[in-house]
Amino acid sequence: MNFNYSEEQTLLKDSVSRFIQNDYDYETRKKHCAMEGGFDAGTWQTFAELGWLCVPFSEEDGGIGGGAVETMIVMEEFGKGLVVEPYVSTVLIAGGLLAKAANPEQKSEILSGIIDGSRKLSLAAVEPQSRFDLFDVQTTAAADGGDYVINGRKTMVLHGGTADTFIVSVRTAGESRDKNGVSLFLVPANSDGLKLKEYPTLDGHRAVELNLDSVKVPVSSLVGNEGMALDVLEAVADEASVALAAEVVGMMEKLYKETVEYSKNRKQFGVPISVFQALQHRMVDMFTLHEECKSLLLRAVMSHQAGEADFARNVSALKYAIAVKGQKVAHEAVQIFGGMGMTDEMSVGMYLKRINMINTLFGNGDYHLKRFMAL
Amino acid sequence: MDIQLTPNDVAFRDEVRAFLKEKLSDEFKNAVIGGYIDKDTIVQWQKVLYEKGWVAPNWPTQYGGTGWNITQKFIFENECAEAGAPAVVPFGLKMVAPVIYTFGNDEQKARFLPDILQSNVWWCQGYSEPGAGSDLAALQTKAERDGDDYIVNGQKIWTTYAQHSDWIFCLVRTDGSAKKQEGISFLLIDMKTPGIEVRKIDSIDNQHSLNEVFFDNVRVPVANRIGEENKGWTYAKYLLTHERTAIAGVPQSKRAIERIKEIAGREISGGRPLIEDEMFCAKLAQIEVDLMALEYTELRAIASVADGGAPGPESSILKIRGTEIQQAVAELSVEACGYYAHALAQGVGNEYAAPISTKYLYGRAATIYGGSNEVQKNIIAKMVLGL
Repeated sequence: MNFNYSEEQTLLKDSVSRFIQNDYDYETRKKHCAMEGGFDAGTWQTFAELGWLCVPFSEEDGGIGGGAVETMIVMEEFGKGLVVEPYVSTVLIAGGLLAKAANPEQKSEILSGIIDGSRKLSLAAVEPQSRFDLFDVQTTAAADGGDYVINGRKTMVLHGGTADTFIVSVRTAGESRDKNGVSLFLVPANSDGLKLKEYPTLDGHRAVELNLDSVKVPVSSLVGNEGMALDVLEAVADEASVALAAEVVGMMEKLYKETVEYSKNRKQFGVPISVFQALQHRMVDMFTLHEECKSLLLRAVMSHQAGEADFARNVSALKYAIAVKGQKVAHEAVQIFGGMGMTDEMSVGMYLKRINMINTLFGNGDYHLKRFMAL
Repeated sequence: MDIQLTPNDVAFRDEVRAFLKEKLSDEFKNAVIGGYIDKDTIVQWQKVLYEKGWVAPNWPTQYGGTGWNITQKFIFENECAEAGAPAVVPFGLKMVAPVIYTFGNDEQKARFLPDILQSNVWWCQGYSEPGAGSDLAALQTKAERDGDDYIVNGQKIWTTYAQHSDWIFCLVRTDGSAKKQEGISFLLIDMKTPGIEVRKIDSIDNQHSLNEVFFDNVRVPVANRIGEENKGWTYAKYLLTHERTAIAGVPQSKRAIERIKEIAGREISGGRPLIEDEMFCAKLAQIEVDLMALEYTELRAIASVADGGAPGPESSILKIRGTEIQQAVAELSVEACGYYAHALAQGVGNEYAAPISTKYLYGRAATIYGGSNEVQKNIIAKMVLGL
């Protein structure tokens, strides 16, 4: 039983951590958000050069064979820096789906492009009525000779505006809430009949609404087995949830530490507000909430690593906990920063907005508590 | 990172399990479930552990300790609690003994340690006073030198098991003029000494565990003082760090949650078993998630000590969250039992209901004793956050 990082893992942590500290302050992040596409293409290439885009892929697929631990390390540091580049959507979600389900041709065509930074993909799985049920799919794909014709609407497609290709979940059989009959197709962003409406999200990231009007794709675009996509979607959702939770844990650490620092410098009634016991205990609570979430994160990561059957249960416990405790820490930070916590100038509010966004992705606290109870 | 136990640890765990299977009879287990364990039963169990050589895992081997590493100690505590064994009474084995073998002289070690190890002598803790609770150093019980004796006058309170105890270890003021932490000494006092009076405190759980202890010109040999005069505060602080171990109570809370599930399977609400009630289950699930976090927080603390380091900052939350979770579990147990949780009688209603409220009410003390949770937060604010 040990919780220590290996030498390689320590190097990875140091390298990401150094980058965030030296090259990714909040002002820089704001500039990236304002750029065309909502992030900095040069920074993305730096990620590729530093080897971070290949972290979760097996050596066979061109990666370093990193596991849940390596992903956690990267995401905790990214959380501290509020990194806005599309790492989760392209590398972890789209890359994760392809690594699990794509055939060798698809892999060799796309994964190398993800790893060298030249390609970006986004998963289009959420629909207006689906909320958190990945099997609630009304978008259809009908066979038409050697092609499929896709019709439907997808929402909150993360970083869809800069994706060259979408992985679209569609119904190839059954009713809209059947667990069978869901398939995945690769749909190039320049396909005829595809309409995008891009918008910023509260957390400074970008998303698109996607309309698919008789979009034609060849059979070779099918990822995995027809009608059997739900398992792989849910597996990737669980892995991505752990990565996003790691991002939240990184943010929680930053939030409690910055709040402590701020309280030592902010003076009222002639003294630093850090001397007030009412505030000290609230900051101890923030520290405690962070440690609890960190423990649940390690629990989920280590059960994934050990291939334990209770991984899904650990994921839901974690996702529920970060929803409640992560948001609590962010609210407390805003409160103790006082008026300054309400300003766009400080990063505190942005952490709050990013935490709230993550709480909604792949199921909010209530959704995961219910799932936890059922598992 | 790796969560697996080593083969050696697995072998050790199996050895503990085999021992418990053989020696932990239903009589012991039922006493634990029943909520109130009498002294004889506890002594009997502690003697079983003594016979095996396992009653004092924390002690150095030369005094009867086991020589286990921290992981083994953790496994042992965990297995005992999970199997439903009675908890060892801490006052002798876990509280005064470490002070005696660390700061006592050879004569004191030879005189007191064997009887503690064999559970022949019961101890209680004389720390708190009416005016010294969280502010322990404000204590006023006085010990004045008279030849080879001290004359002790004053009062202790919240003294658990004083009515059963043969000896009491006390913090007393030996210098009233010094700074409050610097005039305190650590005395061992025979409860049979003339001038000691124990008065029962009626507590909200209707059990007798708490007492007041009065000292009226009680003559205590100077030979019963541990260490130097006026250095008692240092020894007491050392003892408090021993009190912290295994305070999270993870396996106990796990068992209590299993018990709630059993009870909720038998209680009917809205025409269905309570365990099918979504609101009830959501409350239970929230506690389970918190307990899962606590369990890993404890493992992290154990692992960093096993690694040769000090426990990390995460260990400081174990007492706070452990006791909060124990209380949340107890509250939900009472809720699960419905009306019968409030019947003040044995043999009325379901057999599981009677002990539930006793445990719940006694459990309110958990966030008060051992340094109240608010004091714990003051400590974390200062030591961890640097506030």
